[in-house]
Amino acid sequence: MAKTGWDEFEIGAMLRTFDGKIDDIAGTIQENRAYSQNSSFSASVSDWRIEKPIFSKDFCIDCQFCWIYCPDISIISRDKKMIGIDMDHCKGCGICVEVCPTNPKSLLMFPEQADEEAELAKWPAKQAKEK
Amino acid sequence: MSEIKKIKNLKEFSTSADRFEGANLLCPGCAHSIIVREVLNATNDDLILSASTGCLEVCTAVYPYTSWDASWIHIGFENGSTAVAGAESMYKALKTKGRLKQPDRNPKFVSFAGDGASYDIGFQWISGCMERGHNMMHVVLDNEVYANTGGQRSSSTPIGSSTTTAPAGRVSYGEQKNKKDMVAIMAAHGIPYSAQVAPNKWKDMVKKIQHGMEVEGPVFINAISPCTTEWKFDPKDTMHITDLATDSLVFPLYEIIDGHELNITYRPKDIVPVEEYMAAQGRFKHLFKDEYKYLIKEWQERVDAKWAYLNRREEARV
Ligand SMILES: Cc1ncc(C[n+]2csc(CCOP(=O)(O)OP(=O)(O)O)c2C)c(N)n1
Ligand code: SF4
Ligand code: SF4
Ligand code: SF4
Ligand SMILES: [Mg+2]
Repeated sequence: MAKTGWDEFEIGAMLRTFDGKIDDIAGTIQENRAYSQNSSFSASVSDWRIEKPIFSKDFCIDCQFCWIYCPDISIISRDKKMIGIDMDHCKGCGICVEVCPTNPKSLLMFPEQADEEAELAKWPAKQAKEK
Repeated sequence: MSEIKKIKNLKEFSTSADRFEGANLLCPGCAHSIIVREVLNATNDDLILSASTGCLEVCTAVYPYTSWDASWIHIGFENGSTAVAGAESMYKALKTKGRLKQPDRNPKFVSFAGDGASYDIGFQWISGCMERGHNMMHVVLDNEVYANTGGQRSSSTPIGSSTTTAPAGRVSYGEQKNKKDMVAIMAAHGIPYSAQVAPNKWKDMVKKIQHGMEVEGPVFINAISPCTTEWKFDPKDTMHITDLATDSLVFPLYEIIDGHELNITYRPKDIVPVEEYMAAQGRFKHLFKDEYKYLIKEWQERVDAKWAYLNRREEARV
């Protein structure tokens, strides 16, 4: 469906968050919601990023620190597992990397143009504890 | 609906379906949204929300977008609290008259506002809401500055902070006045619950928000919200700065019940010197010059004195 331009809505028109009705929003995960074009969920801020996080699940302990402290609802956790990053909404702040407690970290920042597969293939190894 | 959401641990919390959306225009690393997410995710009940003018409002309601999956209203800078109070009064009236279509739903009424909108410009409105006893919660996103308009000082700005209207320079070390104790002022209204929260201590936050939502009557919450832009630190360090704030006791976490009974809810194992908190932020950089170092010492003394006071209050149960 073609998007209506910001200056094409009828004056006084009601803009809704969802297409159709959701009775229990808190009980409906994002992929089951029909967001309208007027929810910022339908927009993207990916062009804000200079750096991006990459997630390596090998060492992840599903602590969910990244989920709770991500300001941009960009850590996708389902059934208590961290499963990936929402790259449309991630602004590349790097908080998730800072709070990730594993050794090596399960999230690291890379330049926006970095190749995910290549970076995952040479993920750093466990670091010896500095004393 | 309407029973308290069970959140035993972070894994369980992470099954929440957020009602606050990304691609809002808050800065990368902004703590406002971390706080909002923790508050909204503390309940599964319907939400009736407002935001006063400020970063949160401006960045989450950019025509033709909304970042809110809940009823949300914005009117002006000063009156987000009264907007929610009005909705709450209407809800009560319709309930009494038996005119609610779904009377078993139990919506929560929450207004969000910055420190400028709460400590200064919306002060009288919030005071009215607290005094009239509305069943609502007012949450301050306290970044200690008017961030949205470029960093002017508010009555929440702490001594020595450099702001655009109280800049540090040749003749001044920046803000000269001490931060206003808003929690004490709100508690003095005799409201059932007021508290300070911080987003790093999410469990403490959730407990307080859930208590505040259950309690009958007005609730005041002051949340520290480190601002990467105005406090001048790297966006990745938002949680680190919050840790320094709570662990240096610059921002102690406590609650006040019925206007008098004070409980400290977080006691850091290792108390961090205030100097460390200040050194991590550009807004205090100038205080590390020899001529201003006495101010850092005075800060530490103020923080120690406040902590001793809170402890005495807790012990005395008055
Ligand atoms: C009555 C009125 N005065 C001034 C303004 C301009 N103004 C808009 S946002 C803002 C700053 C908001 O500061 P704060 O409440 O601390 O929120 P923050 O942006 O820091 O989150 C100001 C001064 C306004 N919109 N209305
Ligand atoms: S970089 Fe920031 S916005 Fe992106 S996923 Fe990590 S915490 Fe979220
Ligand atoms: S913070 Fe790290 S270990 Fe924890 S869930 Fe996120 S990626 Fe996994
Ligand atoms: S200026 Fe500060 S409070 Fe405003 S959006 Fe940016 S980080 Fe958040
Ligand atoms: Mg502010």
